[in-house]
Amino acid sequence: MENIHDTKQDSHKHCVLEFKDVCISYTEGKWAVKNVNASIKEKSITAIMGPSGCGKSTLLRSVNRMHELYPEIRTTGRILLDGKDVLQMNAMEVRRKAGMVFQRPNPFPTMSIYENVLAGYKLNGIRVSRAERDEIVQKSLQDVGLWDEVKDSLMKRGSFLSGGQQQRLCIARAVALRPRILLMDEPTSALDPIATRKIEDMLLELKKDFTILIVTHNMSQAARISDDSMFMYLGELVEFSDTQTIFTNPRDKRTEEYLSGQFG
Amino acid sequence: METNTSVKKSRWIKDRVFFAGVCVFSGLTAIPLVLIIWEVLKKGYRQLNWSFFTEEAPNSLEAMLAVNAGDLIPGGVANGLVGSLLMVLMAVVIAVPVGILAGIRLSEHPESRFSGVVRSVAELLQGTPSIVIGLIIYGWVVKPLGSYSGFAGGIALAMLMLPLIIRSTEETLKMLPASLKEAGLALGASYSTVILRVLLPSAFGGLFTGILLAVSRVLGETAPLMLTALGASAIEWNIFEPMSALPLQIWEFYNDPNLAGLIWSTSLFLLLLILALNLLAKRIARKWKV
Amino acid sequence: MFRGLLYGACVLVLLLCAAMVYSLVSGSWQAFGQFGFFRFLFSAEWDPTVGKEEYGAWAFVTGTLYTSFLALVLCIPFSLPVALFTGEYFKKTRIAAVIGSIVDLLAGIPSIVYGLWGFYTLCPLMKSWGLSDQGFGVLTSSIVLAIMIIPYASSLSAEFISMVPNELKEGAYSLGATRLEVVRTVVFPVAGSGIFAGYVLALGRALGETMAVTMLIGNTIQIPRSLGDTGNTMASVIANQFGEASGLKLSSLIAIGLLLFIITAVINFLGKLIMKRQRGR
Repeated sequence: MENIHDTKQDSHKHCVLEFKDVCISYTEGKWAVKNVNASIKEKSITAIMGPSGCGKSTLLRSVNRMHELYPEIRTTGRILLDGKDVLQMNAMEVRRKAGMVFQRPNPFPTMSIYENVLAGYKLNGIRVSRAERDEIVQKSLQDVGLWDEVKDSLMKRGSFLSGGQQQRLCIARAVALRPRILLMDEPTSALDPIATRKIEDMLLELKKDFTILIVTHNMSQAARISDDSMFMYLGELVEFSDTQTIFTNPRDKRTEEYLSGQFG
Repeated sequence: METNTSVKKSRWIKDRVFFAGVCVFSGLTAIPLVLIIWEVLKKGYRQLNWSFFTEEAPNSLEAMLAVNAGDLIPGGVANGLVGSLLMVLMAVVIAVPVGILAGIRLSEHPESRFSGVVRSVAELLQGTPSIVIGLIIYGWVVKPLGSYSGFAGGIALAMLMLPLIIRSTEETLKMLPASLKEAGLALGASYSTVILRVLLPSAFGGLFTGILLAVSRVLGETAPLMLTALGASAIEWNIFEPMSALPLQIWEFYNDPNLAGLIWSTSLFLLLLILALNLLAKRIARKWKV
Repeated sequence: MFRGLLYGACVLVLLLCAAMVYSLVSGSWQAFGQFGFFRFLFSAEWDPTVGKEEYGAWAFVTGTLYTSFLALVLCIPFSLPVALFTGEYFKKTRIAAVIGSIVDLLAGIPSIVYGLWGFYTLCPLMKSWGLSDQGFGVLTSSIVLAIMIIPYASSLSAEFISMVPNELKEGAYSLGATRLEVVRTVVFPVAGSGIFAGYVLALGRALGETMAVTMLIGNTIQIPRSLGDTGNTMASVIANQFGEASGLKLSSLIAIGLLLFIITAVINFLGKLIMKRQRGR
C-alpha cells in the first residue's frame, strides 16, 4: 500500500535536491559519473541502485562535497539544494544541511551517547541551552527509535552499543541538526537482517519529517522502503522513476537484466 | 629401507636439536638482564631512603668519612632529580606540539612527496647518535649564551624526542578508521575542528603512550647532557645555569671513588623510573585502544 | 590557517635537520682546512701539544668499526634465536610475549648503566679469564654493545619472520619437511633481506653508542691490534675530550662528529632502503 502512488500529488511536492548535468571524474578523462539529471522530492525516500563501481556512492558523496577530501576528484554540473548550487556554497554549510550516514557505524569513540547526538552542534560551535540540548537528544533518539533502549545510559560511550544501535545512533547524530536531506551510503550493509529490518522500519517513520537519499545494492531493500528509485550503470543514470514502475515495468533493458539478477 | 629410516631419524634429530638451541639461546638472552638488575638491586637498595630523594649530592670528603665509619653515604640525588624533571619537561613542551603537528601532516598526506622527504629527515634525525646531537646543541645554545645550561640540555633532549613523537603520532593516526574523519566533516565541522576534537581525542591513548615511551628513552640519556647541561652539585631551578640530571650524577659518582657507593642506588632509581614509565605506557595503550 | 600550522611543523623539522648539517660542517671547517679532509680521516695522530697540534680520526674510526662489527657478530647467536622464538616457533603465544618484554626491557636500560655493569662485573671476569690484561678493551666493549643491540636486531627480524605467509610454509610442510627445513628453505629466504636490514639498523645503533663504550674501551689513542687491546671510538673520544677542548681541537672533535653522523646516516639509510623494499614486495 505504501507503494501505490498518487502521481498527481507527487508532482506537487517540492524538490529538495536537483542534479543537473552532474559529471564526476577521479582521473582525467575517465568519468565515474556521467551527465546525471534527477530531482529528489521532499519527504520521500529515493534509492540509488546499481552494481558495485557504478558510481552510486560517488554521486551521493558529491551532494555534501565529501569529494573535497580527495583533491584529484573533479565535479562539474550543478547540484541544487533548495535551489542553491552546493558547489557555490560554503562546504561546511552544505554539510550541515545535508546529513550523512556511512556504511559502517562510526560513533565518535571518545564521546558519550549524549555527546554523540549533539556532536554536530558541538563541532560547529553552535550554542544551545541545557534544556534545548536535552530536548534535541531525546527527540533525535526518539526519531531513530533508540530512546527507550539508551535513555538510562546516555552518558556511556557509544561504542558499547550493538552494531545496529550504533548505526541508529549515527542516524540520530545526523538527524539532530535537522538537515534538509539525509544521505545514506549503504547504511545496513554491515548489519544483520534483524537490525537491518529495524532500521528500514525506522526510515519509513523518518520519511514523515525528512527527505532521504539512500544508496543500496540490496534490491529488495530498495523495493521495501523507497518511493522512487534510480538505477545507475557504469556512471550513467539509466533509469529513474517511481519504485513500483522500475520494479514491475522497467523501460531499459539493462535495468531489467540487473533486477532479474543477471549481473551485479 | 633401513637407510631411509635413518635419514628420516637424523632429520628429526636435527630438527629437535635446532629447536632446543633456539629455546636455550632465547632463554640466555634474559641472563644479562637478570644480572644487571640483580647487581643494581643488591648494591643499591640500601641507599634508597628518604634523604636520597630530598638532599643534594654530598661532597667527596663527607662521603669518605661516612664510608670509613661504615655508615651510609649522606645526601642524595635531589639535584639530579630536579634537573631531570626540568629538562624532560622542557623537552616535552618543545617536542610534543611540533612532533604531533608534523605527525598529523604526515598521516593526512601519506603519499605526498613532501611527506616522504619529511619522513626520511625524521628518520635521519632518529638515527643520529645522541652525542652528535649534544655537539650540535653545544654550538647552537651553549656557545651563544656563553654557558652550559639546563635550557641547552632540554633542547638536546627535545631533538632526541622529536622524531619519536612524529613517528608515534603518524602510526597512531593511521590506525584510526578513515570514516571517523568523514563523519566529523559530514556534520559540517571544519578541518581543524575535526582533527582537534575528533581525531586527536580518539588517538589520545596512542599519543600519550608515544610520549611516555619517548620520555623514558631520553630520561637515561647521558652523553648529550655532558655537552650541554654539564651538571651541578646543587639543586638548580634557573634553566640558564648548568644543571644536573640523574644519569649525569651516575657519571659524576662513577668518576669519584668516594661517591661510588651512590652509583647503584641512583641507577636503581633511574631503572625503576624507566620501568614504571614503560609499564604505564603499556597499560594506557591497552586501555585506550580504539 | 591550521593546515599552515601542520605544514609549518614539517618545515621546521626540515630546517632543524638542515641547520644540524650546516653547523656540523661549519664547525669542522677549521680542522678540515688545516689538515685536509683525507689526511684528517686517515691519520691516526692525535697530539694536542700546543704549537705542533696534529689531529686525525683514523684511530677512532677503526675503533668504532671494530667494536661495532664485533658486537654485531656477537649478537647474532642470541638475537636470531629470539627472533625465531617470537616470530616463528611461539608466534603470538604468552611465552613469546614474555621473551619479547624481557628483550624490550634490555632496550630500556640506559647506556650508562650498561657501562657500570660492564665496568664492575664484566671487566673483572675478562681479566680472570685472561681475555684482556686490564679487563678493558675492544672485546669487553663489544660484548656489552652486543647485549645492547640484541633488542633492535631481534625485534625487526621477528617482525619480518612473522610476516612470512603461511601458505608458503604449509607448501613445504605438505612435502614432508621438518620445521627446521621449513625455517631454512622458506622462512630465511623469504624474510632474509628484512632480517639483514634489522642487523644493518642494529649496526647503526652500535656505531653511535657513547657512554657504555666510553667506560669500557680504555680510551687510549691507538688503532687496536687485538681483541684485548684498548682503543677509542668516535663517540667516546668526543665525550672524553670535549670538556677541555677549544680552537682546533674542538673543531677536530666536531669533524669527528660529522664523520660519525655521515657513517650512521649511510648505514641507517641502507637499512631502511632494504627494509622498504622487503615491505613493498
